[in-house]
Amino acid sequence: MQAFLEARKLTVAIGAKMICHELDLVVRPGECWGVLGQNGVGKTTLLRTLAGLHMPQSGMVSWNGVVLTAQTRRNLARHLGVLLQNEGGEFWGSVQEYVLLGRFPHRASLFGYSVQDEALAQQALAQMELEGLAQQPYNTLSGGEQQRAAIAQTLAQQVQCYLLDEPLQHLDLRHQAQTMQVFSRLKEQGCALMMVLHDTLWAQRCCDHVLMQFADGHVLHGTAQELLTRTHLEALYQCSLRELSVEGERWFVAGV
Amino acid sequence: MSPRVLFLLLLCAVPLSLSFGLMNGSLPLAPIEVWYALLGNNEDTATEVLWQLRLPRVLAAFVCGGLLALSGVLLQALLRNPLADPYILGISGGAAVGALAAMLLGAGLATTQLSSFTGALLATVAVFGLGFQHGERNIYRLLLTGVVLSAGCGALVSLLLTLAQGEQVKGMLFWLMGDLSHAQGLPFAWFMLLAVGSCAIVWSGGLDVLAGGLDKAAALGVAVGRWQAGLYFAAAVLTVTALQLGGSIGFVGLMIPHAIRLLGVNAHRWLIPLSTLLGGSFLVLADTLARMVWSPLQLPVGIFTALLGVPVLLWLLSRRR
Repeated sequence: MQAFLEARKLTVAIGAKMICHELDLVVRPGECWGVLGQNGVGKTTLLRTLAGLHMPQSGMVSWNGVVLTAQTRRNLARHLGVLLQNEGGEFWGSVQEYVLLGRFPHRASLFGYSVQDEALAQQALAQMELEGLAQQPYNTLSGGEQQRAAIAQTLAQQVQCYLLDEPLQHLDLRHQAQTMQVFSRLKEQGCALMMVLHDTLWAQRCCDHVLMQFADGHVLHGTAQELLTRTHLEALYQCSLRELSVEGERWFVAGV
Repeated sequence: MSPRVLFLLLLCAVPLSLSFGLMNGSLPLAPIEVWYALLGNNEDTATEVLWQLRLPRVLAAFVCGGLLALSGVLLQALLRNPLADPYILGISGGAAVGALAAMLLGAGLATTQLSSFTGALLATVAVFGLGFQHGERNIYRLLLTGVVLSAGCGALVSLLLTLAQGEQVKGMLFWLMGDLSHAQGLPFAWFMLLAVGSCAIVWSGGLDVLAGGLDKAAALGVAVGRWQAGLYFAAAVLTVTALQLGGSIGFVGLMIPHAIRLLGVNAHRWLIPLSTLLGGSFLVLADTLARMVWSPLQLPVGIFTALLGVPVLLWLLSRRR
């Protein structure tokens, strides 16, 4: 099957800190990747590099066989969606206007969004259960609601590949489950997803592939089945874990 | 308030403010006199005052207000900082040093204009060159470079004021506070306002995206670096044009966009035309008062932009939840 996103001999470092060294990676349609690692190992930087928002030291990233740097941002944004962690952006408009920005790369007219764009934004709002808040100013939302609005914006973008940096942060249990359900549906439709997660349970439930980032820049990737084991996770998080089996699912709990 | 209603209200405010400006001054004219003078070919004083003095003056005030407000909107989007105004990047500082130095040397109006233009140009290029180094677009560095350069220019302005004598000081103070009595280059100013204004409206969707965060904007398909450079130079051109017309008139560029935002309009598609219209009408009003209040003496318009604008903005701010 053809690759959506491909990294070849990708080396990323920030100062003396190695984030990945000569990484080869292929993300194909219908795959869901979980990115795991301790705080500060550079999960966000790796994701940003794959999205073309950060320049690697060497190696390259390509989308659909074409190197990212050879494509316009607009063209890329029609196929590749990125959910960023605390953007720090101030937005003065309503939640609906915020979500509508996700349609920007698809906008046909210079003068505004089409009826179809608005319908897709509305649909994304509904998927994240935000219809009731649509007319509220974005900056009056709580942290979790803002996170849902950001996810809705990325959903409105209607892309083939989603790079999601901690999509579950600030979300309550109900919305965690609901969001992951939305992502699973995207996967069934043939989209590729790559998400930074801290919850191994969600990684097991939704991801078929896992990428583990270690502090020394070493990266391990493969199928979820072979990597989501106690041995690998203990090495990754450098702490002892207890493995519980509940209704057929494996839970990994850090020992105190 | 709905942007459409606001747009209609402001469209009505434009002729009102312009007629107010045409009627008042050291020689008050009745509306009917203004009407006849505008239409007729009479050779009376009213016609002469109107065509020679007032009409250019109100048109200059309107375009200058529009330029400053538009520049403010663009810079607030570029710097993503609500405190950004057309003067924050040191452009007015450079222009002030140029203008005051020429005045100190006893230069005429044309040389003063040229000198202030040169100063503004040097400041613009210096801030851009230092602030946007190595292709890395760091907005904080740009902002701080501008603020630091402004501080340096402020010191030079103080030095020039100290060195100047008698009448010179007054001319300098008028320039610094903003004064439209020597406005020149009106057609060019109108051209710039209309050209940059319509481009900004056409690209307003990108401005909305850009205001939401740089990485987000890049992820949504905006070529951030090019946009930033474009916005910076557009705002600089607008500011320099306004400075050439009326010196550094304060308050309009900072507060007019906020006034529109406080009325509930945030989309740049509306924010740009509404701010431009309000800025223009507001400056015509302020300038007319500057001519009326102490008539026949004319006061610097900058005093009135602040005196009129401050209570309105404080009211708008306190009204908000």
